Amino acid sequence: MPALCKDCLTPFETGTRCPACRSPRIVAHPELFALCIAHMDCDAFYASVEKRDNPELADKPVIIGGGHRGVVSTACYVARIRGVRSAMPMFQALKLCPDAVVIKPRMQVYVEVSRAIRSMMDELTPAIQPLSLDEAFLDLTGTQRLHGAPPAVMMARLVRRMQTELGITGSVGLSHNKFLAKVASDLNKPKGFSVIGQAETAAFLQDKPVRMIWGVGQATQAALDKVGIRTFADLLRWDRADLHARFGSMGERLWHLARGQDARRVSSREPVKSISNETTFSEDTGDADILDGHIWRLSQKVADRAKATATAGRVVTLKLKLSDHRSLTRRHSLHAATQLTDDIYRNARALFDQVPGAGPYRLIGVGLSGLHPESEAGLSGDLLDPGAATRGRAERATDEIRRKFGDKAILKGRALR
Amino acid sequence: MKFSIERGALLKAVSQAQSVVERRNTIPILANVLIEADGNTVQFRATDLDIEVVDKAPAMVEKAGATTVAAVTLHEIVRKLPDGALVTLSDDGVAGRLTVQAGRSNFNLATLPKEDFPVMASSEYASNFSVGASVLRRLFDKSKFAISTEETRYYLNGVYMHVADGDGGKVLRCVATDGHRLARIDAELPMGAEDMPGVIVPRKTVGEMRKLLDDDEMKIAVSVSETKVRFATPEITLTSKVIDGTFPDYTRVIPSGNTRKLEVDAKDFAAAVDRVATVSSERSRAVKLQLDEDRLILSVNAPDSGAAEEELAVAYADERLEIGFNAKYLLEIASQVDRENAVFLFNSAGDPTLMREGNDTSAVYVVMPMRV
Repeated sequence: MPALCKDCLTPFETGTRCPACRSPRIVAHPELFALCIAHMDCDAFYASVEKRDNPELADKPVIIGGGHRGVVSTACYVARIRGVRSAMPMFQALKLCPDAVVIKPRMQVYVEVSRAIRSMMDELTPAIQPLSLDEAFLDLTGTQRLHGAPPAVMMARLVRRMQTELGITGSVGLSHNKFLAKVASDLNKPKGFSVIGQAETAAFLQDKPVRMIWGVGQATQAALDKVGIRTFADLLRWDRADLHARFGSMGERLWHLARGQDARRVSSREPVKSISNETTFSEDTGDADILDGHIWRLSQKVADRAKATATAGRVVTLKLKLSDHRSLTRRHSLHAATQLTDDIYRNARALFDQVPGAGPYRLIGVGLSGLHPESEAGLSGDLLDPGAATRGRAERATDEIRRKFGDKAILKGRALR
Repeated sequence: MKFSIERGALLKAVSQAQSVVERRNTIPILANVLIEADGNTVQFRATDLDIEVVDKAPAMVEKAGATTVAAVTLHEIVRKLPDGALVTLSDDGVAGRLTVQAGRSNFNLATLPKEDFPVMASSEYASNFSVGASVLRRLFDKSKFAISTEETRYYLNGVYMHVADGDGGKVLRCVATDGHRLARIDAELPMGAEDMPGVIVPRKTVGEMRKLLDDDEMKIAVSVSETKVRFATPEITLTSKVIDGTFPDYTRVIPSGNTRKLEVDAKDFAAAVDRVATVSSERSRAVKLQLDEDRLILSVNAPDSGAAEEELAVAYADERLEIGFNAKYLLEIASQVDRENAVFLFNSAGDPTLMREGNDTSAVYVVMPMRV
């Protein structure tokens, strides 16, 4: 069976140890050198970066996240042993692991490390689809001649390089499509290298829960539960037309995934569909003034990103999460696309004013979608708001000042609420 | 209850009722029409809790009584009955059923108790006056296209009917706007309307009320309070809540200093706008107007799909001007002109433009330009 040493990258055919370096860390699989779709996922990325930069933390439980009301964004493996998971509320994490070192995320540093990883990936293939700072799909189809080595070797080389040059470890999933590659990378973390071949796909999926499909969240799971679909085997019993009738396009996708089929391409050109920003409060609040300040700041963050990417959107979305975690979303289609904080804020605020009840809320978010190039922004004014043009010019001037003297150089009063 | 009624009279009454009923309803009784037979008339009442319509029709009442039945179903049945048929409705046979019988056709419809039917509370009206159907028709027909559908600006989701100072004294005025165009229509102030409070008549009410106005000779009794408005003919009474909000001060939106005057045949203009706009598939097509001495060039340039240009002979004596508009808005206001030439008054390419019919200031339209 084709095998590969993860330490010295020597490919070989037989044995349970590497014939060259005698390492037991090998990957062996009949299709090892034939599979081309890979998913690379860094192991506890933010926490690993922190541990790398502060060796004293090496054997301590480290949690990355903000505030005591925030959520865990990453927990290191020491903390995970104690039951801490990402997206867990911080207070709960600290209950499980009171001696954890909580670190506020240093996004700039993570972005830099992510860029370094990205440039290493760029050497492997142009078909890279990053999912976030710390994970990406890579399609290495047709690169064997170029690199003089099959994709499996190149992926093993990538994670080894990440470890030696950046001090970050990662896990690799290798398969024949994106869905399975992502599933595989999660099988044997950390420092994993898992392979799911064509031949074993059906057997592998059979008893797995459908929950593991990326995109099947609580709501879909509940809908699936209702009709008795828990595992892939359950899903296989369903007719394609019935699934479609019941779950729409998601049903269609489930039918294919049940058979281990996923035709989505690894593509970095997925256009951005929306820009949004949200914040979880340190204490639930229904105070309209405080919320107003948040709406303004979030609108500004969204507008900044729209301006930075030269886009403008026609749909403003407001998201609220109540104390009991129920969430509300309200959207409003604008007459003309915009990228101005002023427009986004005013519409989000109008949506907020129409939400019945007074909270309290634990989260608020503002989003902009229906994106167009910025040349289509502000084509037409509003008869009833003759001041809009002046405010727009004031905002552009403010942007200039912020560009020159820093983000906080000039603020609206309501930004301080 | 048992009565017989001519199919035509029944259809008219029921169709008015069923159009008020909301199609998607979570409260079952709101899908029903309340039928009340007494003396020699039958009354049909339907509501969506914001609008209530009561329609009276003459009938041969054998036994007085009342019940409620699904408005849409009843309407469909009556619609499909042959013209001139005599229809008998009775709820005496089977309990909880209404029998509809005409010729050899027999229908049994489920009913709901009449006590459950919500009847709109009657209210005191501050102002009662009578106005010709054609006057109301003009006021609302010429303004309703500008009603906003934006829910965040709910106070624009209707026509603002109020008493205002017109050129020759007090007028009855209707204004609608969505922030991109505005229509302001005046009519002579009817006797008794002087103290009418200004009200925002909701879009749906405008649509329902329009059905009362087809007969030119008809006088419509209008009653207005701060919260409700009522339009009545001898047969039909339409009562509606008004939008609880403040209509913005539209007077500052209407430009008074626009001096660049363009006069053009409205039909030719609308047809030309329609033609050049064909090349663009975008939702908000921009038409560019290039004005020069007695010449207007209309053009659309859609980078992805093509370009179009058309020249029109017009009366224009001011400086050269280039200005863009949403094609749909231009078409809509141009189609309001039915007697004389359309007169446009421009200021600059960024300022609102005013349009009226000849020198008639009783119907004025404002449209916001678009960057082209």
